[in-house]
Amino acid sequence: MAVCIAVIAKQNYPLYIRSVPTQNELKFHYTVHTSLDVVEEKISAVGKSLGDQRELYLGLLYPTEDYKVYGYVTNSKVKFVIVVDSSNTSLRDNEIRSMFRKLHNSFTDVMCNPFHNPGDPIQSKTFDGIVSGMMVQTG
Amino acid sequence: MAGSQWELPPELCCRPMAFVALTGLDVVYNAVHRAIWDSFCANRRADRVPISFKVLPGDHEYPKCRTKRTSYEWYIPKGILKTGWMNKHLNLVPALVVLFYELDWDDPQWKEKQSECATKVEIVRTSLQSRNTKVAVVLIQKKTPLPPGEDLVASERASALCNACDLSGKSLFVLPHTDHLVGYIIRLENAFYEHAQTYYYTEIRRVKSHKEFLNKTTHQLLFVRHQFKIAFFSELKQDTQNALKYYKTAYSLIHELRAHETNMLEIKTMAGFINYKICRLCFQHNTPLDAIAQFRKHIDLCKKKIGSAELAFEHAAWMSKQFQSFGELFDEAIKLGLTAIQTQNPGFYYQQAACYSQDRKQLAQQLCQSGTSYPSPDPLDTQSGVLDFYGQRPWRQGHQSIDPPDAEKEKTGILALQIKERGVPHSELIIALLSNAVAQFKKYKCPRMKSHLMVQMGEEYYHAKDYTKALKLLDYVMCDYRTERWWGLLTAILTTALRCAYLMASVKDYIIYCMELLGRASTLKEGQKSRIEKNLIKVLMNEVPDAEPECDPSSVSSARSLWNDRMALAGLNEFTIEVQDYIPFIQCKAKFHSPSFHVDQPIQLQVFLRADCPHPVTFNKLAVSLSNQEYNQWCVVESSGQESMSLLPGKTKCYNFSFVAKTEDVGKKIEVSHVMLGSVRGRCVFLSWRGAGGDAASTHEALQASRSSRRWGRGIEMRQELDWDSLTVQQSTMIISRVPKISVQLSHQPPALNNEMYCICLTIQSQEESVAKDVKLTAGLKPGQDATLGQTTHVTLDGSKVCDDTAPALLPDVPLGDLKPGEKLERCVCVRCVSTGSRVFLFHVAYSIDTSVEGQQIVCKCHKDETVTIETVVPFEVSVKFVSTKFEPLERIAVDIPFLLMTDILSSSPWPLLLASSSLQLLTMTSNTPQLQSQLQEVVLQTGECASECFCLRCPPLTSSINTVATGQYLISWKRYSATADSPLIQTTITLPHIMLETVPLYIHADLPSFGRVRESLPVRYHIENRTALVQEVEMAVEPSDAFMFSGLKQVRLRILPGSEQQILYNYYPLMAGYQTLPQLNISLPRCPTTNSHTLRRFLPHRIFVKPQGRQLDDASIAAA
Repeated sequence: MAVCIAVIAKQNYPLYIRSVPTQNELKFHYTVHTSLDVVEEKISAVGKSLGDQRELYLGLLYPTEDYKVYGYVTNSKVKFVIVVDSSNTSLRDNEIRSMFRKLHNSFTDVMCNPFHNPGDPIQSKTFDGIVSGMMVQTG
Repeated sequence: MAGSQWELPPELCCRPMAFVALTGLDVVYNAVHRAIWDSFCANRRADRVPISFKVLPGDHEYPKCRTKRTSYEWYIPKGILKTGWMNKHLNLVPALVVLFYELDWDDPQWKEKQSECATKVEIVRTSLQSRNTKVAVVLIQKKTPLPPGEDLVASERASALCNACDLSGKSLFVLPHTDHLVGYIIRLENAFYEHAQTYYYTEIRRVKSHKEFLNKTTHQLLFVRHQFKIAFFSELKQDTQNALKYYKTAYSLIHELRAHETNMLEIKTMAGFINYKICRLCFQHNTPLDAIAQFRKHIDLCKKKIGSAELAFEHAAWMSKQFQSFGELFDEAIKLGLTAIQTQNPGFYYQQAACYSQDRKQLAQQLCQSGTSYPSPDPLDTQSGVLDFYGQRPWRQGHQSIDPPDAEKEKTGILALQIKERGVPHSELIIALLSNAVAQFKKYKCPRMKSHLMVQMGEEYYHAKDYTKALKLLDYVMCDYRTERWWGLLTAILTTALRCAYLMASVKDYIIYCMELLGRASTLKEGQKSRIEKNLIKVLMNEVPDAEPECDPSSVSSARSLWNDRMALAGLNEFTIEVQDYIPFIQCKAKFHSPSFHVDQPIQLQVFLRADCPHPVTFNKLAVSLSNQEYNQWCVVESSGQESMSLLPGKTKCYNFSFVAKTEDVGKKIEVSHVMLGSVRGRCVFLSWRGAGGDAASTHEALQASRSSRRWGRGIEMRQELDWDSLTVQQSTMIISRVPKISVQLSHQPPALNNEMYCICLTIQSQEESVAKDVKLTAGLKPGQDATLGQTTHVTLDGSKVCDDTAPALLPDVPLGDLKPGEKLERCVCVRCVSTGSRVFLFHVAYSIDTSVEGQQIVCKCHKDETVTIETVVPFEVSVKFVSTKFEPLERIAVDIPFLLMTDILSSSPWPLLLASSSLQLLTMTSNTPQLQSQLQEVVLQTGECASECFCLRCPPLTSSINTVATGQYLISWKRYSATADSPLIQTTITLPHIMLETVPLYIHADLPSFGRVRESLPVRYHIENRTALVQEVEMAVEPSDAFMFSGLKQVRLRILPGSEQQILYNYYPLMAGYQTLPQLNISLPRCPTTNSHTLRRFLPHRIFVKPQGRQLDDASIAAA
């Protein structure tokens, strides 16, 4: 399960970021922020070979000593980042994919809310709930 | 340096090369020897064999070989690898010793020299004792040797020498000291290289042979040692594939060793060494993925092998070194051509190395608190000054059992290490690693990673108390986080920066960071903000602020004294802070009421201020600077005395300014260039917004606000409270001229006719309340249209005569005098358009007027523009044709024979036209009638009507033989029928077409009455003129006709002299009424067969109208009537 889940706007500022409370929150912010380098590079690489349908799931962005960072980019260039513990070897690629898909669906619901202003931070209880379900349960 | 404990030994990191010792060379005093030695060591490029040469004296003592062990049964190894071993085989024990000796084959003292050489070989052999090192002899000769087999003396003496020295023939070489020294040397060293390889091969065999004596219980260390040695010898042999294989075996064996606290360091050290070798060879073999996989495996295996908890920092240091050296290997491979990618580059390893160094620092801080005095005697001292085995503790070298032999010694040893660790400049190490990583990430397009590492560097500098450098780095990256809107990270960086600024007592920085931490981008809690704001207020009051939390207490006290000094200095108390690029705690937006103001209106400017901090903020002065500085005086609010203006948290405050623009500024823009907010109490601080306010975050906020759906929900009841985000900045306003209060009307009758004086009447009426002065009219073609229009349009005020081409297209500034209120003024402007098409005409009426704005008297210039588009059309179309006197169209005109010119004038003007007169100006032609008189005088043409004229002309005989001639021009004078009597007539000139001429040899024409009458005689006289210079013979015959009887010559043949004329008279007697064809005249010129009867008959009438016979009116009937 994830230790940090983030939604990043097209302009690369955070719309939503949540991490397990036991660890240093700031560190996750930095991890997510630095992973955007790889996301940007991957997106721009796809842009060059125009025409082919882009895969939304970007896969493992980069491994750190302690965490694995996965990325996903919607067609409107909103990025999802999931950080999992490196020691958690039970998670398969497929499971990560399905986590992203769930996140994307929930995000779409948030965007469909007529009272939500796209570009504003996400403050949705439903979305929160979905994210909590994907996070490592501590306590 | 303490860090060097973890450095990899140089002999491990170098590329092992076969070691060959050269003896018998005197490189100092002997030039020949010197040259030989130089050829050996100079230019050792990659294409030369890998050998390291050394010159040693002939009697050099090589390291002694220990007596060979015959049995390992009772032997217990003391460690894995001796510290001196690698160096020994790299630099001390040669694979081959080469003895250089000067001896020619034909040396006169051959015998003596041979025995001397043998002695020298013996000395070398003795010093090598039982080593397997090979010995070779090189004879330095002055003569070039003959090809092998030819010099019998040489081969004989060579074998004798070999025998004397106990050498094989392969170990004796000859080096002729001649021109091609380098070539000989290269051949020599290749031979040496072969010998060296044989030597290392036997060494490998020797080490391998030990294996059978070993047992798995007591000799585990030896298994590793032997594999390592075999691998190392393989490397010396340049057999890197096998070396890699043996290193890998060694690596797996080392992890089979029983690890416990006492030998953990030794195992890790050796594992690190072997891992280094494996990775190095993998990169060398261009299999970087293997290298990375090996390194990952190595880290995973060793990560948890912390060893003694009291020395946990050692593990972190070791881990850091592993990552660092792998990063260096990776980087080196890249320099040699390997390509790295964004997600797999040396930067990650440097970063991780830095990370472990940070751990090391933390662990050191936790673990190295106790112990004040360094234990004596120094437990880290060894007798020789170095360790015997890699990775062992100096106080218990060679000890391999699980428990330390002496608990007390162990304690002091650990204490000594801890105390030593305290002296390590951790921050320096971390910063060096981070900056390496930064350089890598910069190369591999990771700007955010780079920023993150720079933040870490900044923080490390902060810990190292180098606040200036810390601030420099943090300041540099802050901007990136601000533009990317990562407020959480920005706040964290700002907090560190604020601490630095506090500890340095840097007032301006302190204020800036406070400002931003209080701002809306800061994610700090309300309580912290409140504390920071209080501090900020203190600084503004020129007091010392409270210390930031989490600062080192000792630094705080020194910072406090720094602050006190700062406060005492009065001079530095004025700051202006450009806040545009920050997100300060006070937001500002300036706004002109409207994007433009008329010069007779006061300009209104609003400045909105809003504080985001938890406590009210007070200030004394608000000033707006405008692009025209003269207005600045009107845009200042300053509180007098003690009372000051204040901003309440979260509330928007609006300041209104109003001023009157200068009349010179009409048409100019006024821009807000700065908004300054100042507080002048104790310390003078000005916040300055470039432009009309807004900061690093406001653009995005405005965009979000404009998208917001919530905005629509807010009804009128919310209007009272200004919505800050949807407030837009209006930075500039245009000053435009006063609205004119006059009317300008145009009356005219479009369309304009080509060339006419088209009259446009202008009616100007003043609706001003005072006198409009200096009324000026600019009339004419509006500038900016097609350039050719300017040349084909002429404007004049004088409509009484047709203007010429010198009249301009635009009449500027025609003075019209003053205009009293309500007064009306009329003016006519005449326009002559030489070409057709549409044109835009501009009528610009300008005047000045006195008016007052807010009690100020100003003179305003006003103007009113009217434009009108006028189409120009041709008034009429003229067509011209040439016809014969029989009204038959002519293609050519016969010379000196009359013809007709017919003109048709078709009106296409929508207005009736008056044709005053027309005339012909003939060229070449002459009129056939005595005077040409216009048939069109005073004719009025309505639209679509046509007027025709006919002129009888004749072309006089021409001397030249031109067959096309110009006929002349047709002039028409006309004007509009509606035009006044005094309006000028317009002359339109039509150039008549050219016509082709021909000459006829014979001109025959007839005189006959205009009509005949049945049964009445009709006399016809034919004239036959000879137009040639020859006598013409003419045959004529009249064909009979049903309609006529006739008398005269039926057939005649006559001669006509040049230029003369014959006449023949016939009397026709018509028999039928109506149009009758005349009896046909057949004429032929026998002398001139080309002209036929038909062409000659051309000028003769064809038929004639015959009236019926009238009833005979007798006199009686007349009388009756």
